[in-house]
Amino acid sequence: MNMPAVPAEWYLLLSLALFSIGVVGVLVRRNVIIMLMSIELILNAVNINLMAFSRLWGDVNGQVFAIFIITDAAAEAAVGLGIILAFFRNRETLLSDEMDLLKW
Amino acid sequence: MLDKILFAFFAVLAVGSAIMMITRRNIVHGAVYLITTLLATAGIFLSLQAEFLFVVQIILYVGGIMVLFVFVIMLVNLDVAVRLVQFNRQGLLAGVLALVLAVQIFFALWIGRSGLPHPAARMMPLKNTEAVGDALFQHYMLPFEIASVLLLVAMIGAVVMAKRRV
Repeated sequence: MNMPAVPAEWYLLLSLALFSIGVVGVLVRRNVIIMLMSIELILNAVNINLMAFSRLWGDVNGQVFAIFIITDAAAEAAVGLGIILAFFRNRETLLSDEMDLLKW
Repeated sequence: MLDKILFAFFAVLAVGSAIMMITRRNIVHGAVYLITTLLATAGIFLSLQAEFLFVVQIILYVGGIMVLFVFVIMLVNLDVAVRLVQFNRQGLLAGVLALVLAVQIFFALWIGRSGLPHPAARMMPLKNTEAVGDALFQHYMLPFEIASVLLLVAMIGAVVMAKRRV
């Protein structure tokens, strides 16, 4: 049958790699759109984890949680991009270190 | 064996294009690389017998969210942005700290790896979409409704944010 011969650790390591790349992207880049895309990458890494454990336990609950995470990602992208548009209209910049209205 | 080769292919594709995504100068290239990563992740979902999530990943992430991203990039893209410095001042420190975090999580995984379930031990339900639908509409009815309210709020919020005059 179609038993997965791939060990469980491989999925977790892939998820860890994508998560770390996403964290580096959020922390290192100046462009807010790239930062938002990195957050999408982080959420995606979490989904891989959920899916792997869903498969390992033979249970679809993990997949249901992944659906909720995808919903959250969609909501976050919509609101985040709306904020970026509004900010860009006011300040003509996309760089996170120039968004310093609240900085003392 | 074939499983491992497929996994390695999709994993290398996902990680490689994720690295390309956070290093590109041009945001549009970054978006295209992110699409590649998401498609490779969809392949991994398929290899985990999550057919419904495979389709959702492609339709919703690649077809919906990424199109939204590309739209906004087209609206706000500045030609000067490509020539600016791409990384902020604390970049090096932040990169090192993220690496430390990754090593820590790896260590935790390494210690706990013997407790992981064996891959071939359990079977997935045969009809994946039906099983997901059953779980979603029976056990997770309330979270489902809350998620719909969340999407409504996000939709209204996005419209209000993007409007010129409120």
